[in-house]
Amino acid sequence: MRRLSQLGQGEKAAIPLLLFLLVGFAAPLLAVIWFSFMPARTFSLFAMPSLANYATIFESTSYISFLWSLALATITVILLAIICYPVAYGLVRVFGKWAMLLTLLFTIPLFVSENIRLYGWVLFLIKNGVLLGSLKSMFGVELESILFTRTAILLGMVYVYLPFMLFPLTLGISMVPSETRDAAFDLGASRWQVFKEIELPLSMPGIVIGFLLTFVLAVGAIAEAKVMGGQRIIPITHDIEIAFTYAQNWPLGAALAVLLMLVVGTLVLLALRRFDLDRFLGRK
Amino acid sequence: METKGQRVRHALITAWTLAVIVFLYLPTVCITIASFTASRYFQFPIAKFGLDWWDKTFNSIEIRQLLSTSISIALCVTVIAVTLAFFGALAFARYDWKGRSIYQKLILLPIFFPQSVLGLALLLWFSMLGLQLSWMTAVFAHLVWIVPVVTLVIAIQVYSFDPALEEAAFDLGATRWQVLKEVTLPVLFPGLFSGALFAFLLSWGNFPLSLYTTGADTTVPEYLYAKMVAGYTPGVPVLGTVSTIGAAFLLIGGYGLILASRRAHQSASE
Repeated sequence: MRRLSQLGQGEKAAIPLLLFLLVGFAAPLLAVIWFSFMPARTFSLFAMPSLANYATIFESTSYISFLWSLALATITVILLAIICYPVAYGLVRVFGKWAMLLTLLFTIPLFVSENIRLYGWVLFLIKNGVLLGSLKSMFGVELESILFTRTAILLGMVYVYLPFMLFPLTLGISMVPSETRDAAFDLGASRWQVFKEIELPLSMPGIVIGFLLTFVLAVGAIAEAKVMGGQRIIPITHDIEIAFTYAQNWPLGAALAVLLMLVVGTLVLLALRRFDLDRFLGRK
Repeated sequence: METKGQRVRHALITAWTLAVIVFLYLPTVCITIASFTASRYFQFPIAKFGLDWWDKTFNSIEIRQLLSTSISIALCVTVIAVTLAFFGALAFARYDWKGRSIYQKLILLPIFFPQSVLGLALLLWFSMLGLQLSWMTAVFAHLVWIVPVVTLVIAIQVYSFDPALEEAAFDLGATRWQVLKEVTLPVLFPGLFSGALFAFLLSWGNFPLSLYTTGADTTVPEYLYAKMVAGYTPGVPVLGTVSTIGAAFLLIGGYGLILASRRAHQSASE
């Protein structure tokens, strides 16, 4: 084994962060995995490991929550791709000097707790709230509120995760060289051909990161369903939380968390396997 | 050389972008309006405006306690995160070493992880270690997620850093410490500053990690959530507005400072 003083500068600089993530990220996850094999409703770590918790899950209705979480996340990702692509394109190609100010405007909401912003939607949508109250006093019409429906949950998720799609897409589109596009146009390519053959493939790294990030965050979403959905849908994260808190069944919660981690982990590893981060972030 | 089709397309993109911005700020505007009501219950259009709830909120000892907890956590997170991420970013983008490509991906994993699950995993881990939950364990929990983000922010700055600068300083006889203080840190300062800003604001607004790791201490987002679920009080919009405006000021002020220093730098070198 090499002594510390013989390590290269790169290794030395990496050590503090790697040690921290070992204690703060890898160890807790291993703890969760270990705990998922303990008998139900115990807090001890030294019982005989078994697969009982997983058997319980497969016999229960937890798969409904799982499917809801995956379905909501998928729809969120698709909607966000459609909403964000024109904006990202504009930020890179159309807005010029205004792009920086607009980027700042898109960044600010990221730093406000998502609960507060979701609550703003509640005030907007609720009966006698900003939307329905105005309609009533101005036009005398009374409509049903969409609050506490599935549509409202989806609205909340699209709203909260918008910047996480927008910024990777913007980075991706800025990786497409203008010369390549212009050359294609000069050679007689149509608008659609340029998009399909040049812009889409060359901005793929940004698209992959954007899809991945929003999907993973959306699968882990919990506040949207609680604040805006009135618990119309119980996402998987809510099941996990209940197992850990009210039910005081940590091993079961741990087993559910492990299953969620498997889904997320597989996706992330598949997508990142061949990813060149130097090119994406450094634009070399 | 703009064709008519291009002009129309650009106009459509601009209109769409403005619509998205309105969508993004609509809830914030609603919260702000709601905070200026004089009545106990929210009803729109607002019958009577007043600052009573602002008054009440700011004179409450409980709220002051919350603000001080949230700010203490965010400050600790900022200092530790920037220190760890500075070295982490050098390993990420500056040095060429064998494990770098795997290292870069490992750093990303906590970012690509559902935060509520991470919070619960940390809760389990702390209780295994027998740690008493408090705002200090929350600092640790925030760091797990925030340090990787800050590392990326600083790494972007490090990519544009020319290693020849450091080598030149070494050749001229500077010590390791002098190089760090006189060359590396000043050149990377904008990146470190944005990193610090990100660390503070992400910690300030964080809810899913705080929820499971603060123990008896309460942060502003946790308090707001508890009040939202329990029923409406106009104190929620007031605190929400304060939180939003504070974040916006920090961000705009921070970027203003960076732009100003860049300009001063440019005019000095001309």
